Amino acid sequence: MGYKEDGVISIDDLKLPNEEQLKKGVAIVECLENIPCNPCVEACPFGAITMRDLNDTPKVNYDKCTGCKRCIAVCPGLAIFVVKLEGEDALISLPYEFLPVPKKGDVVFALDREGKVRGNAKVEEVRKVGKTHIITIRTKKEDAMVVRNIRVVK
Amino acid sequence: MRIRDHPILEFKRGKKIHFYFNGKKLYGYEGESISASIVANGIHVLSRSLRYKNPRGFFCGIGKCSSCLMNVDGIPNVRTCITPLKEGMEVRTQEGYADLPSVSFRGRKKKKIETDVLVIGAGPAGLTSAIEAAKQGVRVLLVDENPRIGGQLVKQTHKFFGSKEEFAGKRGIEIAEILGRKVQEDENIDVLLQTTAFGYYENGKDNFHLFGLVKRVDGEEEVYKVECKSAIFACGAMENMLVFPGNDLPGIYGAGGVQTLMNVYGILPGKKVLMVGSGNVGLIVSYQLLQAGAEVVCIVEAMPRIGGYHVHAAKVRRCGVPILTSHTIVEAKGKERVESAVIGRIDEKWNVIKGSEREIECDTICLAVGLSPSIKLIAQTGAEVRFIPEAGGYVALHNKFMETTKKGIFVAGDASGVEEASIAIVEGKIAGFSAAKFSLGERVEEKDIEKHLRRLNELRAGPFGERGRKAKEKILAMMERRRWDIRRTV
Repeated sequence: MGYKEDGVISIDDLKLPNEEQLKKGVAIVECLENIPCNPCVEACPFGAITMRDLNDTPKVNYDKCTGCKRCIAVCPGLAIFVVKLEGEDALISLPYEFLPVPKKGDVVFALDREGKVRGNAKVEEVRKVGKTHIITIRTKKEDAMVVRNIRVVK
Repeated sequence: MRIRDHPILEFKRGKKIHFYFNGKKLYGYEGESISASIVANGIHVLSRSLRYKNPRGFFCGIGKCSSCLMNVDGIPNVRTCITPLKEGMEVRTQEGYADLPSVSFRGRKKKKIETDVLVIGAGPAGLTSAIEAAKQGVRVLLVDENPRIGGQLVKQTHKFFGSKEEFAGKRGIEIAEILGRKVQEDENIDVLLQTTAFGYYENGKDNFHLFGLVKRVDGEEEVYKVECKSAIFACGAMENMLVFPGNDLPGIYGAGGVQTLMNVYGILPGKKVLMVGSGNVGLIVSYQLLQAGAEVVCIVEAMPRIGGYHVHAAKVRRCGVPILTSHTIVEAKGKERVESAVIGRIDEKWNVIKGSEREIECDTICLAVGLSPSIKLIAQTGAEVRFIPEAGGYVALHNKFMETTKKGIFVAGDASGVEEASIAIVEGKIAGFSAAKFSLGERVEEKDIEKHLRRLNELRAGPFGERGRKAKEKILAMMERRRWDIRRTV
């Protein structure tokens, strides 16, 4: 089954950065279809995200990308995540539009692309851009490309 | 159930007021529609079918279906979903056919308005039509049935796709505000809300069109005769129904109806929702239901693939909502309201596979199975209407300038073929420009609208734009053929 059938992409669908690039932190754009949309290209101050035309899929130049997170909240598909490796941990920044909004230091559930709980994660940073929050969580390194959502522990 | 806290929206409720529903005193808030207040009070049966007396509930929420017709202060067949609630209102459900009004209609005022361009519908297409027409220096009258400006934008809490020119990255609610403000500040544009364009009339004058409009304010009705040089129909589309046993039970909503209740009035339609359809509307409304605090049990999709953008699907999947492709709703169960639904897997011939059926508990079923263009009044003007499946149903034939076969009558947005809001925004610009030039008696050349046409091509270029692209190609080909046919007969 592919993402067109169940809505879940596999890692093989993505062109991933190498370990060095991941250590500085880079944007992972999970946008695989040709849809007419380009706010991420416009938002990137480093010219790291490019598209041939409006319907092209965004391509990230992982050398130019600084992991600044400016693209996360402008993506209408909420499909951009910033992943940074720190020793045995992964810092994942993701867009969040639910209530309650967690606070820095909170422990939340880390969810995968199917909404299944992968374990706990600690909230490292909470930013607000418009009505979208950008939540940065600390999780295990092996979950860097697995965890894509959070749920607040009630 | 009223939503208190919402991650995106703030519900500024008006004064708490009382009203009577079938004699029972209930409370609502100023600014709510009558039927929204009734649903918020936990009442889901709004009417009964004429023949079998089946209960009917809130369905479309934008005055396009007949499920919420009620008697309000003695006036029958009031579309309670687009009529604001007022203190002390007497609202009654109707048994069978409506009685003739027991009160006389209060003195109707008649007014005549002369304008250059009449724009019907204040959604994305209508708003850009009006703005673009006004830029050409003509007088514009913009009318809409709803109490708020913005059409369906007022309930779109998600960020829009497209490019800067179509407000990409902004939420629909913000786009409604931006365009609404522009329209209201523009001295060339007059706006009439809660106003229905109900008929096209013989005028006796060449180069003028005559429309009948009715504006409803506090139970009073004002009738307008509008004489205009050109008119733009940007009246949108209405939600499709799906055929299955129990499909008229209260608790079965159109996706737009759910959005109206939830995002405009802050009222949750139910707690456990089954979504039917995985196009962008189904996926987006599922996500919005989750944001509002409801549970989406699952999304069923009859096709073997998800219909909408993957990015929208991914948003609901990572919240744990399953999407079942090659599945459909078999039956809705319940007495006076949805209590459960039977879903099943379907084969290549769209038959339900025996033994695959299972019953799932839910109190709400949301239908997101496409839209059909609203064309009744356009057809009445005499513009030629054809059935184009890719456009969503019957549409008025139109050329690149968005002009129909009736001189001076233009279309834009979903009414001209169901597509994305970004496309409606661009089509509105073309229609507004062309209609203004028409009313000035000036010719429009293709080069004048070239930039918009290029934009439309871009927006339709991807795989998701294919349907709309095909629809418009067919429409243009039919227009071309028609020109030849006319030449031959002349």
